[in-house]
Amino acid sequence: MESLLHITTLHYLVLGAALFLLGVIGVLTRRNVVIVLMSIELILNAVNLNLVAFSRYWQGIHGPGALHGQVFAIFVITDAAAEAAVGLGILIAFFRNKETVNVDEVNLLKW
Amino acid sequence: MFLTHIWLIPLLPAAGAVLMFFFGRRLQKSTVSAVCVGSVALAFLLACGAVWQYTNWAAVNDHKPYEKIIYTWLGTDTGHLNYLLADGKTQAPFHADAGFLLDPLSGIWLLFVTGVGMLIHIYSTGYMAHEGGYYRFFGYLNLFMFSMLTLILANNYVLMFVGWEGVGLCSYLLIGFYFQRKSATDAGNKAFIVNRIGDAGFILGMFFIAWIFGSLQFSKVTELARNGHFSAETLSYITAATLLLFVGACGKSAQIPLYIWLPDAMEGPTPVSALIHAATMVTAGVYMVARSNALFILAPTSMKTVAIVGALTAIFAASIGLVQNDIKRVLAYSTVSQLGYMFLALGVGAFSAAVFHVFTHAFFKALLFLGAGSVIHAMSGQQDMRDMGDLGKRIPITHWTMEVATLAIAGIFPFAGFFSKDAILWETWSREGGAYRFLWYVGYATALMTSFYMFRLMYLTFHGRPRMSHEVEHHIHESPKSMTMPLVVLAICAFGAGLLGWPHSLGGSDHFTKFLEPVFAGERQTLTEEGKSAQLAAGEKEEEHNTSTEWLLMGLSLAAAFTGWAMAWRSYRHADKGYTEPIAVGAPPVYNVLLNKYYVDEGYDYVFTGRRKIGNVRLGVLGLGEASSWFDSHVIDGLVNGAGWITRLTATFSSWWDKWIIDGIGVNGPAILARMLSYPARLLEWGLVQWYALVMVVGLIYFVCFQLGYSRQFWTAVAALLLLTGIYFLARYLRRRFAT
Repeated sequence: MESLLHITTLHYLVLGAALFLLGVIGVLTRRNVVIVLMSIELILNAVNLNLVAFSRYWQGIHGPGALHGQVFAIFVITDAAAEAAVGLGILIAFFRNKETVNVDEVNLLKW
Repeated sequence: MFLTHIWLIPLLPAAGAVLMFFFGRRLQKSTVSAVCVGSVALAFLLACGAVWQYTNWAAVNDHKPYEKIIYTWLGTDTGHLNYLLADGKTQAPFHADAGFLLDPLSGIWLLFVTGVGMLIHIYSTGYMAHEGGYYRFFGYLNLFMFSMLTLILANNYVLMFVGWEGVGLCSYLLIGFYFQRKSATDAGNKAFIVNRIGDAGFILGMFFIAWIFGSLQFSKVTELARNGHFSAETLSYITAATLLLFVGACGKSAQIPLYIWLPDAMEGPTPVSALIHAATMVTAGVYMVARSNALFILAPTSMKTVAIVGALTAIFAASIGLVQNDIKRVLAYSTVSQLGYMFLALGVGAFSAAVFHVFTHAFFKALLFLGAGSVIHAMSGQQDMRDMGDLGKRIPITHWTMEVATLAIAGIFPFAGFFSKDAILWETWSREGGAYRFLWYVGYATALMTSFYMFRLMYLTFHGRPRMSHEVEHHIHESPKSMTMPLVVLAICAFGAGLLGWPHSLGGSDHFTKFLEPVFAGERQTLTEEGKSAQLAAGEKEEEHNTSTEWLLMGLSLAAAFTGWAMAWRSYRHADKGYTEPIAVGAPPVYNVLLNKYYVDEGYDYVFTGRRKIGNVRLGVLGLGEASSWFDSHVIDGLVNGAGWITRLTATFSSWWDKWIIDGIGVNGPAILARMLSYPARLLEWGLVQWYALVMVVGLIYFVCFQLGYSRQFWTAVAALLLLTGIYFLARYLRRRFAT
């Protein structure tokens, strides 16, 4: 029971993989760009979860100073915020022109 | 004083003309008459003074011509206008002065031109009194007087040519005076154009003279011609020059073949016919030949040509005159015929006889025309003699003055024409040892014809039964004093002018010839001094005057005159309506040919103007025009179009080359190739973001599986599964996309 309740790195990784898979499926299947962007957030956060999990894992081996993974996660969060801002900006500009947020219709550069 | 101011003589009528052209429209008829008649009358007085003063001057100056040079008109003294003479060595400057020359020859012309001109001006005030364009008429007349006086008084060929063209212009303007009438304007054009042909000859002759002698001044040319020794080559040039000058004379003085304009010129008002086409302008050719006598003497061929053309013209025109019905046309052909006499005299070398005939002819022919004008005036404009008759008693002054003129032209002793015509016939008989005697017969026959047609005119007009309509008959009246006075004066001259040339054989002293001697004197001198050229020159074998032969010839010509008179008397004395022409009765074909003027105008239409076609061919000017037009439209335009066609063809080819080879293979070829290649490449890029993402995911899985070391079969199956899933999604998407 205790061992079941003890949350190991593996749990984190499984959760991260699940989140990642959900995100990939969302990106691949949903047509609404907003949802696609949200799915990308899921993927990024799955990565963050992995990073944080491995950081904790390395703290157990090298001491509390091993925070590289945590720092990396913060970078990714920052990056995600920037990406969301730019992505939504593009999306609004696009919506103004085509009155749609359907990813299928984002095909101006198609041959 | 008169001599030094000789330039005033032409200037006065010029001033009158200028006044008429600028202000004439606003002037009263009386003012117009005063100015125009006054200027000519003043010119006449000045001319009399000048000639009188000249005779005094010449008596102490060895009978030289008097020259007055006003200014240098053409030419510079800089040598820029120098040219090489015919001898190939000498340079001469091109030079012509505005200068005047008075010698006996120009003196005679000066006197009768101003004198007769003045009388005709006076006559015109009456004749034109009721016509429109009164000031225009007098302006033209004054301009004519100016031109004619310039022609006469010029001291060089160029200035003479100015006058020559001026009288031609005035002739054109006055023939076409009634410009509302097509026939009048046509006649004006005809006169002008035919004269241009002659003028071309004049100009070329002038160039020849300048080329041979290096001067165009009469006195210099005459002096060089009289004193020079000429090679055969130069003499042939002189022959060419004189022949060309004679072409000019033929145009102006209406000789065969250029006489055709003169009969048509009768379209002009009658005073114009009298002044220009009888008395003065048409004698300009005679004047020019007489002026160039020193040259003609050196060219026997030219002399012969002149004589033969003159004699032919004389008899040719006289024969046409026999049957004409228009009173003015008879006189017109008579004028042509008499001019022929003058050229006959010039041609045989009897220059003074020619000038004498010009002088007497001026009076009696002007009188005849003015009389005809008076008749036409009385007949309310009717000109056809068939509708006249019995006018003698109704217009007596016209009748008697014309009778005098008729006697003069017919050559009845002692009227003027007898002396001048007889002088010509005698010279023709005797000159050159009788070489021209065959022309005497021509001249003699002409004299007979002249007498016949003139008395025919008189009988048809003034005698016989009246043939006019009652209305015309009712209006018959004698002309006003302004018209009859010149008639009387001219009649006195026509009677008396011959007395000036009373021949030696009849006990006279022939003042006329003596007066002219200085002008033509060099002739005999040249002939005796120059051995070689004397043989070539004309007139060297003149016979001694054989008085008894001369008397015989006089008797014969008198007999001819009386015979003609008698024939006319017999045929036309009782002419009534429907009278018959003796020639028409005797020889209808001859009559038709004569009535139609030998069909010369028609012939010219066929050959020279091209108004008529010979079969399908058009000759002459119009033919040339048509040929040129054909040449232009077929050859020139053909070449143009051919060039255009070739350009278009090459352009088409070039365009084809550009389109298919350059653009096709060079430019579009690579593009097409690129497009062909793009089709397979495109399959990879179809624009669905999520498909790309899918590929990425598949690739990622593929990579991960590879890294994890799964067997090739396994991950290939995974990849195929995923691809099939993708294709399924894609197909679903496409169906949904294109279903609507």
